[in-house]
Amino acid sequence: MSVTLTINGEPRTIDADPDTPLLWVLRDELKMTGTKFGCGIASCGACTVHWDGMPIRSCQTYLADLEGANLTTIEGVNGKAAEAVQAAWVELDVPQCGYCQSGQVLAATALLAETPKPTDDDIDAAMDGNVCRCATYARIRKAIHLAAEKMEA
Amino acid sequence: MLHLLQNALKAAQPSRRTFLKMSAGTVGGLIIAAKLPNTAQAAAQDGDFIQPFVHIRPDNTVVVLSKHLDKGQGVNTGLATLVADELDASWDQVTTEFAPSNPQVYANTLFGVQGTGGSTAIPNSFMQYRQAGAAAKAMLVAAAAQQWGVAADSISVSQGIVSDNAGHSATLGELAGLAAQQDIPSEPVLKTPDQWVYIGKSFPRVDTKNKSTGAPNTYTMDVHKDGMLVAVLARPPRFGGKPVSFDDTATRQVAGVVDVIQVPTGVAVLATSTWPAIQGAQTLSVEWDDSTAEMRSTTEIMAEMQDMVTKSGVNVRRDGDPEAALASADRVIEVDYEFPFLAHGAMEPLDIVMTFDGEKAEIWTASQIQTIDHNVASATLGIPFENVSINTLWAGGSFGRRAQGDAHPVAEAALITKALHEKGQSGVPVKVVWTREHDTAGGYYRPMSAHKVRVGLDADGNVTAWSHRMAAKSIVKGTPFEAFLMKDGVDHNMTEGAHDTTYAFPVFEMDQHFAETPVPVLWWRSVGHTHSAYVVETMVDRIARETGKDPVAYRLELLKDDPRKANVLKLAAEKAGWDQPVAEGRHRGVAVHKSFGSYVAEIAEISMRDDGTIKVEKVTCAVDCGIPINPDNIKAQIEGGIGYGLGAVLRNEITLTDGIVDQQNFDTYAPLRMSDMPEIDIHIVPSTEAPMGIGEPGTPPIGPAVANAIAAARKEWITVLPMTRHGLV
Ligand code: FES
Ligand code: FES
Repeated sequence: MSVTLTINGEPRTIDADPDTPLLWVLRDELKMTGTKFGCGIASCGACTVHWDGMPIRSCQTYLADLEGANLTTIEGVNGKAAEAVQAAWVELDVPQCGYCQSGQVLAATALLAETPKPTDDDIDAAMDGNVCRCATYARIRKAIHLAAEKMEA
Repeated sequence: MLHLLQNALKAAQPSRRTFLKMSAGTVGGLIIAAKLPNTAQAAAQDGDFIQPFVHIRPDNTVVVLSKHLDKGQGVNTGLATLVADELDASWDQVTTEFAPSNPQVYANTLFGVQGTGGSTAIPNSFMQYRQAGAAAKAMLVAAAAQQWGVAADSISVSQGIVSDNAGHSATLGELAGLAAQQDIPSEPVLKTPDQWVYIGKSFPRVDTKNKSTGAPNTYTMDVHKDGMLVAVLARPPRFGGKPVSFDDTATRQVAGVVDVIQVPTGVAVLATSTWPAIQGAQTLSVEWDDSTAEMRSTTEIMAEMQDMVTKSGVNVRRDGDPEAALASADRVIEVDYEFPFLAHGAMEPLDIVMTFDGEKAEIWTASQIQTIDHNVASATLGIPFENVSINTLWAGGSFGRRAQGDAHPVAEAALITKALHEKGQSGVPVKVVWTREHDTAGGYYRPMSAHKVRVGLDADGNVTAWSHRMAAKSIVKGTPFEAFLMKDGVDHNMTEGAHDTTYAFPVFEMDQHFAETPVPVLWWRSVGHTHSAYVVETMVDRIARETGKDPVAYRLELLKDDPRKANVLKLAAEKAGWDQPVAEGRHRGVAVHKSFGSYVAEIAEISMRDDGTIKVEKVTCAVDCGIPINPDNIKAQIEGGIGYGLGAVLRNEITLTDGIVDQQNFDTYAPLRMSDMPEIDIHIVPSTEAPMGIGEPGTPPIGPAVANAIAAARKEWITVLPMTRHGLV
């Protein structure tokens, strides 16, 4: 079966088993490896991508449901919120092993696009699905606040 | 498997002797002058400066070769700091690459083999990488002197620019080729601490940008080779189980599956990409032989260990006569502790890419002990050591999981590629991917353990005797590490942090018992300290509270002979406002512990919710790790170490029911999340002592600090972990 969708602004036609999770379409078919495999059961957020700007878990999103979808991955994320987030990430040296960070950046970007001045509770709610085994949470929180300031400036 | 281990050990021997020689004071000369791999020498033709630890390219890039695995602890940044400082490079021009596997050049000087662990990366590299940077600088200066016809002592280097007072100036890259032809100084002059420009300052990590933008080819999981097959295995449901036969009718119908290969560790499904390999492994029907497998539940294993600690075991340390002192004590506090198996749960599941063409093998993986991985590959494939090459990649976490003594992922991948070779598929690259379920239920756990502590007190509440026994499966007994890490039948890893406590007790005893189980066990961030700190620090707190003493003041009384430990404790207490009443609804607990040469005190402030669960609100921390090379990275490691330890004590345990692991993924082995993370306030003690490890020491104190805060809140001592068992989470 072939599915036509947009990834990072580029139209793509994917010919693969419709039951294939988007995660593996991105990583194996398209060799876009920025989106990570962490759990496969929507429990860790390492595979987060945007669908119309909303964060989704690509490991539990199947190709069959993606006809016409407009997706953004870490390789293509841009705009004011994303730039502020990535700049804050670099400024505060958020990543340790880094394996979760593509997902963290996308989750934080979606949060700020929706809620430009998030409270700590907003951050807890938006980011609780994104596990960081290196526990960089304190810096992620700080970096989201910093990114919010950058967006205002 | 045993012969592989012996082989790995054999290879370690020559380098161990080298280590002894190096300890005698010849590190600099030996390493600087070390023979380079042929490829590096060949590359040295065209204006490159190539030395084992430093490459300077004509484009003015300074590449620092990391002999260690960076698994998030920031070691590549740390090593780059040491070189850049002595070399006076500009930080912008510095990058890092992982060194090839070569124990002659890149051994961890504290291990004798190439490998990373035990928070040794900076301690064993501190002089070596500075010397490498200083030697490179001396050679650049000599090159400039030759080119400009001036005296070497009129030349200085600053921020990557070599210049003299006659107006000459050049970049490091411009001088690299000529510098490569200069004599290597056998004893390069190192800077004095007041001359350091990077060491001791916080500046950006070398890997942040790539890791914040999803850069390709960072992790093993991202490696792709032409014609590569992905292997996912059906793995034995019980530890020690072996595959007997399989039925792959359904598996072969999965589009993309190309082969099914049985190996001792399971049955590998090979497919053209990951998803069909996962599906294929799930649909495989395998008959397992459980005749030598662990069939017990963890409750039975724990009962056996609890029984062990009722008796004396292998003695680790004894001062005085504990039984007599306990018998004559005014009262005895006796406490039993239980700690569960823990999985490491690194974010990147285990993975490895390998090719084997019948003669040569190449590996791409986040290799943590390259020399063992290298030897196991060579022994499994029956090819010479030099026919194996290892490309080390960044690790998406390890926490000890990738530092196996049996290199089981390498052995497994080697057997799969060997089988392919024998089937005429020679040289086909194979990526073996572990699923999260394999990673969680796959063993190599922090050992579960039972402890019994008996403390005798006199009528004034002074400790007259301290007796501590523990039982666990040893991590090192029966592995290549035994020769290095066991002495006189004692595994010091098991009781580290307990047998060597510096609390002054007049009579002291520490015994250990070796429990046996086919469940493989391994180091888990801070190893023995994960349980020893919990036992010692909750016991000391209990004695303080039961004898009406302040927990900080009482510890300070016992730490008269350990000023560095006392110092971090005082600092944390001061910063946490320990002498002021805690805010309404909050409760505080303290713990202080030394591990891997570094001292860490943590004060946890918790609140109790109406439903009896706790929230750790804030942790105030003081750390003395010797010279703080990069304070911001020290803070990052302490933050991470606290979070990692906290998640485990709150929620994590691996349990077995009739030998089968009950937890499979992050839904049942629940990781710490954003909303669990406390505010963390870290204070670093300025120091001129040798720099020590920082990847692990943040972890041990958090469990007991939280437990002691719970005791302050509701007079209940948590002696069985995790805290989910007590309705606290
Ligand atoms: S891999 Fe998708 S949520 Fe974990
Ligand atoms: S940085 Fe390692 S898992 Fe988040």
